Amino acid sequence: MSDSHYCPNTPDEIREMLAAIGVASVEELFAPIPAELRASSFDLPEGMSEFELFQRMQSLAGQNAQGMTNFIGGGYYDHIIPAVVDHLSGRAEFYTAYTPYQPECSQGTLQALFEYQTAICRLTGMEVANASLYDGATALAEAAMMALRVTNRNRLVMDGGVSPFTRQVVRTYLDNLDVEIVEIAPQQGGTDRAALLAALDDQTAAVLVQNPNFFGTLDDLTGLADAAHAKGALLVASVYPISLGLVQSPGAMGADIVVGDGQSLGNPLSFGGPSFGFIATTKKYIRNLPGRIIGETVDKEGRRGFVLTLQAREQHIKRHKATSNICSNQSLCALRGLIFLASIGKQGFAELARLNHDKAEFAKSTLAAINGVTVVNRGATFNEFTLALPKNADEVVAKLLQSHTAAGVPLAAYYPGMENCLVVTVTEKRTKDEILALARELERAL
Amino acid sequence: MKLIYEQSVAGRPGVKLPAADVPRAADLPAGLLRDEPAGLPEVSELDVVRHYTNLSRRNFSVDTNFYPLGSCTMKYNAKVLENAAGLFSPYHPMTALLPTGERFSQGSLGMLHELGRWLAEITGMDEVTTQPLAGAHGEMTGIMLIAAYHKAKGNRKKYVVVPDSSHGTNPASAAMVGYEIITVPTAPYGDMDLELFRQAMNDEVAAVMMTCPNTLGLFNPHIREIADIAHAHDALMYYDGANLNAILGKVRPGDVGFDVIHVNLHKTFGTPHGGGGPGSGPVGVKTSLVPFLPMPRIVKKDDDSYALETDRPASIGRTANFFGNFGVMVKAFAYMAMLGREGLIQVSEQAVLNANYIMSQLKDYYDLPYDQTCMHECVFSAGKQLRHGVHAIDIAKYLIDRGYHPPTVYFPLIVKDAIMIEPTETESKATMDAFIAVMREAAAAAEKDPEALHTAPVSMPVSRLDETKAAREQNVCHMKW
Repeated sequence: MSDSHYCPNTPDEIREMLAAIGVASVEELFAPIPAELRASSFDLPEGMSEFELFQRMQSLAGQNAQGMTNFIGGGYYDHIIPAVVDHLSGRAEFYTAYTPYQPECSQGTLQALFEYQTAICRLTGMEVANASLYDGATALAEAAMMALRVTNRNRLVMDGGVSPFTRQVVRTYLDNLDVEIVEIAPQQGGTDRAALLAALDDQTAAVLVQNPNFFGTLDDLTGLADAAHAKGALLVASVYPISLGLVQSPGAMGADIVVGDGQSLGNPLSFGGPSFGFIATTKKYIRNLPGRIIGETVDKEGRRGFVLTLQAREQHIKRHKATSNICSNQSLCALRGLIFLASIGKQGFAELARLNHDKAEFAKSTLAAINGVTVVNRGATFNEFTLALPKNADEVVAKLLQSHTAAGVPLAAYYPGMENCLVVTVTEKRTKDEILALARELERAL
Repeated sequence: MKLIYEQSVAGRPGVKLPAADVPRAADLPAGLLRDEPAGLPEVSELDVVRHYTNLSRRNFSVDTNFYPLGSCTMKYNAKVLENAAGLFSPYHPMTALLPTGERFSQGSLGMLHELGRWLAEITGMDEVTTQPLAGAHGEMTGIMLIAAYHKAKGNRKKYVVVPDSSHGTNPASAAMVGYEIITVPTAPYGDMDLELFRQAMNDEVAAVMMTCPNTLGLFNPHIREIADIAHAHDALMYYDGANLNAILGKVRPGDVGFDVIHVNLHKTFGTPHGGGGPGSGPVGVKTSLVPFLPMPRIVKKDDDSYALETDRPASIGRTANFFGNFGVMVKAFAYMAMLGREGLIQVSEQAVLNANYIMSQLKDYYDLPYDQTCMHECVFSAGKQLRHGVHAIDIAKYLIDRGYHPPTVYFPLIVKDAIMIEPTETESKATMDAFIAVMREAAAAAEKDPEALHTAPVSMPVSRLDETKAAREQNVCHMKW
């Protein structure tokens, strides 16, 4: 029992406990496990001290390229994170608690998640939201399954402007179910609206779109919502939350279910996780929402309090008849999202979106002025846009990476025929000087 | 406490943003432009700090209270793990997916690869995917892998078998993948009834999902026999890794017949639960399932560098956008590296010792439906107390007033008024003795003054809440602007 990490009992205490149990050794407690079932191997390294560990972790992190200038997005975005987000979400009362099953001693988490649900409803223009899902991709898959339940239909129409990773997640989720997924190939970085409308029929449960889409293009979804509703289908929109400081809310455009990834709200890049997924809908579909929902109520003395509500939808009660298998969610990441939004504030959030838009528009016009470079998107864009280069974009990106500039996401791997195209992302963190430096490097590489 | 929205004052500025160093762009077209800003709070930074600091004080947590919540493994979360995760916060996941990008992400990819190797060794599996984002997500991924295996072999499978003591996520995950559920009852010896299991098995069963030790905290000695029966029907064995913390270095699921496993890193490997997440649920498989693992796969090349493999025609695809909950995995990796081989074995030994100690000290006070040596948790029933009209939930509320987070109550569903206690290895004898004393007091109070238990808790910011009202009114969003 030497070399203990976080196991506090002394040899004397262990002896006392064994005596109280009535066994001679700890090993005796493992007697119910027959000898033939015992581990054949457990070949792991020796342990180390906290100090040695931190040095090792520093060395490991140092093997990643340092000081990368990010013009890449693809679902994860390099945004500012106010210091209060780390400090407040780093309160151990938040991060070392569990799911608030006992509401009286969990009002901190419960009220915060109620405030989070409120923020998501207000951003998206919807009436109800849950307390978070895993990430934006699984949120779209859950929304698709929710639409199948609500409509009792088995066909989905998914726009090709949805992130190729996310489309793969949706296909993987539905692969074993009796569901047809029709994907509509994008045209010039936008939705092929005519093809999408033609694909709608009486068995279509939902239209799945992303706004802005993977190419950065914004779309007014109003007409699409009307067309979907006319066929009895739902409109499911995946949105980039920062855009909602400037862009019309999906609720106002007629969406029935709104999802997205909350990483850009106060969660670090952290090599792709953790972040959180959000899902919001209208009141009439609340019982079909997956995951945990916090509701307001009162205690015996009439004081306001918050509880997990409508739990009869969930796996721990409904088992195989639950609306989803989800159990743990991304509560702490959702809390970070809430603190981010509260600290930036109403006007600040609108300004932040505006800043992203202004910087991206400046970058777009600067880069499009390079000889042979053109903008692919036909309509308006938000903080991402797609360029057609006069040569293969993979080669250009590889070349710029050598000077630690991640110039954008080349499309060859995701959209056949777009080998020369590059999606460039510009957030509020990129300075005018960095944008001009990108233009110079890109020009040299062409 | 007021909501943050109720503290809003029009015009109060928030955090200052980076400078606008470029010209203002033209407005978006009218149909795309938001007509009014979203109704976020207008509060000062100090308002935000005070509000959320004070809210946090309305939580019980591992750092403030003993938290013996059975099945959830609320062990101490080492602070250095938070620091370690912070080291990786600036790295963008897309970097690795760019042409030649792996070269610029060797630290992150190397960590994931090593973590996978360690998890494979710990569980006795051949390969691991780190993509699943939580335990239930791992279950769903694992069942998808099993479905792909059967599809590739041309097997026609329809059912997944689970014991009635299983976590609700097991049947829910199998149902998400389109399977029907066969539930096998628990025998008097505290685990899935072997004879009823044998009868339930048929050639249309795709998988058997087991938690071992199970949710009663008991280890199933027939596990090898169960696996043999399943395999005879070409059904695969799924190991729910929720209770892996009991058997580190003692049993490897891969050695005893399991084909697929998920590991809850936030339980066994000491990463914080975050008030309900993020978790992380890597999935390990035997060789026969490797072709179906999600993309991209991280592979180690001959020159010891790490690369991504995306050309995997038999893969189920993706269950998340990138590499999983990376930050959580950094913490689990650091935890394993720090504890090492001996330290991890000690985790299970001390967790099992602590649970048996509590069981021995309370079994004269509470009913113990399955009276045998337990693993990392013990399950009592409030049967004695029910005679006085006191339910498990009343005992739970009494504990809150005494400064303890309650054990899990009402689960597993097969025990009436269950009280499921999991102390974990990080608690001292002194802490447990104090808890034991209060549990005994609760048992005494149930006989002498049941009403006091019914009205508890009285010391919290709120007393028992009206859950019916919450469900009826469905007020889940503060709509007053």
